[in-house]
Amino acid sequence: MDHPTLPAADLRQITRRLGNREVLRNLSLQIPRGRLTGLLGPSGSGKTTLVKLLAGIDKADEGEVTVLGRSMPALPVLQRIGYMAQSDALYADLTAKDNLVFFGKLYGLRGSRLQERIAAVMALVALDDHLHKSVAAYSGGMKRRLSLAISLLHEPELLLLDEPTVGIDPVLRQSIWRELLQLRDGGTTILMTTHVMDEAEKCDSIAFIRSGELTAAGSPRELMERSGASSIEQAFIAMGEGVTA
Amino acid sequence: MRTRALAYRIIRQFLRDKRTLALLFLAPLLVLTLMNFVFGGASPAPSIGLVTVPGTSQETVSQQLRQAGATIRGYGDSKSGETALEHGDIDALLDLGGAAPRIALEGTDPAVSKASLGLLQQALSPGAAASGSMDGKLQVDYLHGSASLSSFDAFGPVLVGLFGFFFVFLLAGVSFLRERTTGTLERLLAAPIRRWEVVAGYLGGFGLFTLLQAALIAWYSTSVLGLYMEGSFWLLMLVNLLLALTALTLGTLLSTYAGNEFQIIQFIPLVIVPQVFFSGLFNLDAMNEWLRHIRLVMPLYYGADALKGVMLRGEGLASIWPDLAVLFGFSLLFALLNVLALKKQRSI
Repeated sequence: MDHPTLPAADLRQITRRLGNREVLRNLSLQIPRGRLTGLLGPSGSGKTTLVKLLAGIDKADEGEVTVLGRSMPALPVLQRIGYMAQSDALYADLTAKDNLVFFGKLYGLRGSRLQERIAAVMALVALDDHLHKSVAAYSGGMKRRLSLAISLLHEPELLLLDEPTVGIDPVLRQSIWRELLQLRDGGTTILMTTHVMDEAEKCDSIAFIRSGELTAAGSPRELMERSGASSIEQAFIAMGEGVTA
Repeated sequence: MRTRALAYRIIRQFLRDKRTLALLFLAPLLVLTLMNFVFGGASPAPSIGLVTVPGTSQETVSQQLRQAGATIRGYGDSKSGETALEHGDIDALLDLGGAAPRIALEGTDPAVSKASLGLLQQALSPGAAASGSMDGKLQVDYLHGSASLSSFDAFGPVLVGLFGFFFVFLLAGVSFLRERTTGTLERLLAAPIRRWEVVAGYLGGFGLFTLLQAALIAWYSTSVLGLYMEGSFWLLMLVNLLLALTALTLGTLLSTYAGNEFQIIQFIPLVIVPQVFFSGLFNLDAMNEWLRHIRLVMPLYYGADALKGVMLRGEGLASIWPDLAVLFGFSLLFALLNVLALKKQRSI
C-alpha cells in the first residue's frame, strides 16, 4: 500500500504499443515523492503517452504502473491526481467559471469550498479578472493557464502537467514556476513534460526519454557531471543517444 | 499550382479514409437495393371478410373477389367479422346478412382502403363500379379514420416518430463526438468518474431536451398540423420520448465509431434511411416475408407502430406496451454498449 517513503509513481518495464509501433519500450522510472521531476524529450518520444499511463487514462501493454501505492489504472487514485493535458481540454462555449465548476464537481468539490478553490487557483494563474469570460474569447496562453488552474482545483498530491508552459509569456511563466515550486515545498509531487531546457534546470530531477526509451535520469547536476557537459542542453544531446544510460 | 496541390491533398485524404470511400460507392447501392425491395414488389392484395347468409348469391361475389386477387375469409355472423376487422386480420368486411350490403373498412391505410373498396364495388355490381352508380346504394363504414383520411394522416404518425428520431440521433452523435475530438472526454475520464456516470450524465442532460422535443412534436403535429388523432396526447408524448431516448443512446454509441462530424453524417444512409423504409411509411405486405423481418431490429418500426396505434386507432397503454417495452430495451442495450465502448478511452 501507499507509504510516504515509497516513490509517488513507479513504472516497471513498461511497453506501450499503438498499432504495431512501440511508443514506450521496456521503460522503468520512479517519480520521487515531494519533488519536481521534469520529463525531457523530443516530440514523438513518448512523453505524453507516459503521462497518460500515470493519469490512468491509458493502459500499458506490458509492465506495471504503480501510482500512490496503487496499481494503475485505479479509480480511487484519480481523485488524488491533478492532470493537465497537452491540448486544452476546455468547453469553449462555456465561461471559465462554468468550466471550473464542472471539473470541480467531478472531483467532489461543492459549495463554499468550491468557490474558495476557484478563487484561489484563478488568482494563482492571474486570471481572476477573466472568470466570467467565455473560454472562446481566451487567448492560447490564457487557455493554458485555465487548464493549469483546473488541474490544481482539488489540491492533488500528484500533479501531472503535459507541456504546462507552452504559449505562456516569460513573465507569467516565471510566476507559474514560483507557484509550482511553492506547491512542491508544500509536499505536492510534480511531474511535468517540457522541451524548454532552462526549465529543466529548475527541476529536482530529470528523465531523458527518446524513441520510447529512458536514456538517462538524475538531478540536473548529476546529469551534467556524468556527461561532462556544461549545460542540460548539452547533456541532453550527449545522453540522448543513450551512450551513458 | 495551388489548386492542383489542394486537389491532390483531398484525393490523398479520401484514399486514407476508407470508410468515406466505401460510403461513396456502397451506400447508394444499398439504398437502391432497399428501394427495389420496397417498391418492386406486387401491389398488396387486400384480405376481405365475408359475412354470408346461406342460399344467396354470395358464391359469385366471393369468386369474383378471389379472381381479383383478394384473400377471402368467411364469417358466420356480423359480430365475428367485426372482431376480425378490429384485430386487423382482415382489411375490409362485406356484410351481406342485412337488407342491403354493408361494407366496413379498417381504414388506417388509405391505399388499402381504396383497393378494398374498388374490389368490393366491382364484385357487387360488375361494370357499375366504373360509372360509380353503386355508390348511393352501398353503406360504407370506417372502423378507424374516415373517407377523408389522407395519406399524410396515415403517414403522419410515422413521420412524427422519424423526425424526432433523426434529429436527436444526429445531435447526440455530433456532440458526443465533439467531446472526444476536443479532448474533453479524455480530460473528463482523468477525473474519478465512472464510465456509466458519463453515459448517464449524457442521458440526463440530453434527456431534458428530448423531453421538450417530444412535447413540442406531439403538440405541433396534432394541434398545428391537425394530424388525425384519436388517442391520448400524453401517450403520444411518452412514445416520442422513448423513441428519442433510443435515438440518443444509439447516436452516442455510434459516435464512438466516427472520427469526425462527416463520418456521423455517413451513418444516416446506413442507420436512418433503412429504418424509414421499414417503419411503416410504405406498405410492406407485398414484400418477401423473410425480408420483412428485418424491421424487427429497427427501433423506428416499434415507435411508428405505437404512434399509429395511438393516433389512428386510439389505442391505450394496454395495447401499445409491447412496443414501448422494446424501445426501452433498445435504449438500455445501447446505453450499456456505450459504457463498454468508453473502455476504448479508459479501461476502468
